[in-house]
Amino acid sequence: MQDDPPVAAHAPDAAHQGQQHPISLYLKVWGLLFLLSAMSYLVDYVHVQGIVRWTLIILFMLLKAGLIVSIFMHMAWERLSLIYAILVPPLVLLVLVRIMTIEANYAFWTRAIFMGGGG
Amino acid sequence: MAQGIAAQTHSDREVIAPSLREIAADWSADQEVFRHTHWGKAMMWIFLLSDTFIFSCFLTGYMTMRSSAVLPWPNTAEVFALVIGGQKIPLILIAIMTFVLISSSGTMAMAVNFGYRRDKRKTAALMILTALFGATFVGMQAFEWTKLIFEEGVRPWANPMGAPQFGASFFMITGFHGLHVRCGVVLLLIIASKVARGHYDTAGDYSAVEIAGLYWHFVDLVWVFIFAFFYLW
Repeated sequence: MQDDPPVAAHAPDAAHQGQQHPISLYLKVWGLLFLLSAMSYLVDYVHVQGIVRWTLIILFMLLKAGLIVSIFMHMAWERLSLIYAILVPPLVLLVLVRIMTIEANYAFWTRAIFMGGGG
Repeated sequence: MAQGIAAQTHSDREVIAPSLREIAADWSADQEVFRHTHWGKAMMWIFLLSDTFIFSCFLTGYMTMRSSAVLPWPNTAEVFALVIGGQKIPLILIAIMTFVLISSSGTMAMAVNFGYRRDKRKTAALMILTALFGATFVGMQAFEWTKLIFEEGVRPWANPMGAPQFGASFFMITGFHGLHVRCGVVLLLIIASKVARGHYDTAGDYSAVEIAGLYWHFVDLVWVFIFAFFYLW
């Protein structure tokens, strides 16, 4: 990666000229993605359960997502305006997840208590 | 790799002030924010952002249905197991699909790289290879659906193995993702044939390859989340 100075990538015309990264960078990321996928598969295969399972699944998921977005999709070399415009808005989804967790909890107990476990 | 990232973090610290000045300049004073970015690329990113919200709504809906279900949720490791060599291997079908899709992302990244170098032959070949991986993925998904519909009797409204919500979320989420893969395969084949015919050599602009690549990597990205939340959770 030494022939890819990040400072030069911030030059205004970097986006127009295309980017030159060595093929070995992509092969390395490919290998890492394989490794991470194999490890998340192993989490299921060796029956890791409970909080450890969920932590590992989310950890491997975020690492894979980060590698794909930053290296394969070249987000690491984009201008900050684009990075923020794309990566910040999805954070509001955490609010939706929180609201729906409360809603699901309510629906579950309504079903369990008032519908005799059915419905 | 780790060293490279460490070195980059270090040098990023030195350029943090200029990039913050950049963001202020980009967003202020009647400027077009993304004028330094190819318009097609900016538009693709914004489309992908909207697609992120669609898939997030599906996954959040799945979360809501699964945590409010009173009937037991089927064990995905067993549902998606395959018998290979007389032995039942849990979740193996989904693992293979994951590796196929990651490989397609790898070949696509290299196709984009050869596109930057204006290497027509290698770019087109790698894109066609990517499309083949994508078609393989869709084929395996068709096999998965067939097994679930005809052998297990799962329907969007019913599921003999437990919670009926399993059927609804399975068909919606994997179906919508599969549709994206199919569209991607068509898009890749169109762009690859244009590359091979020298369409982009007239203007010397290979951005279309990179833009198609962004879409394809996004499809892989969505699968990372589906794999984690739907199949492994």
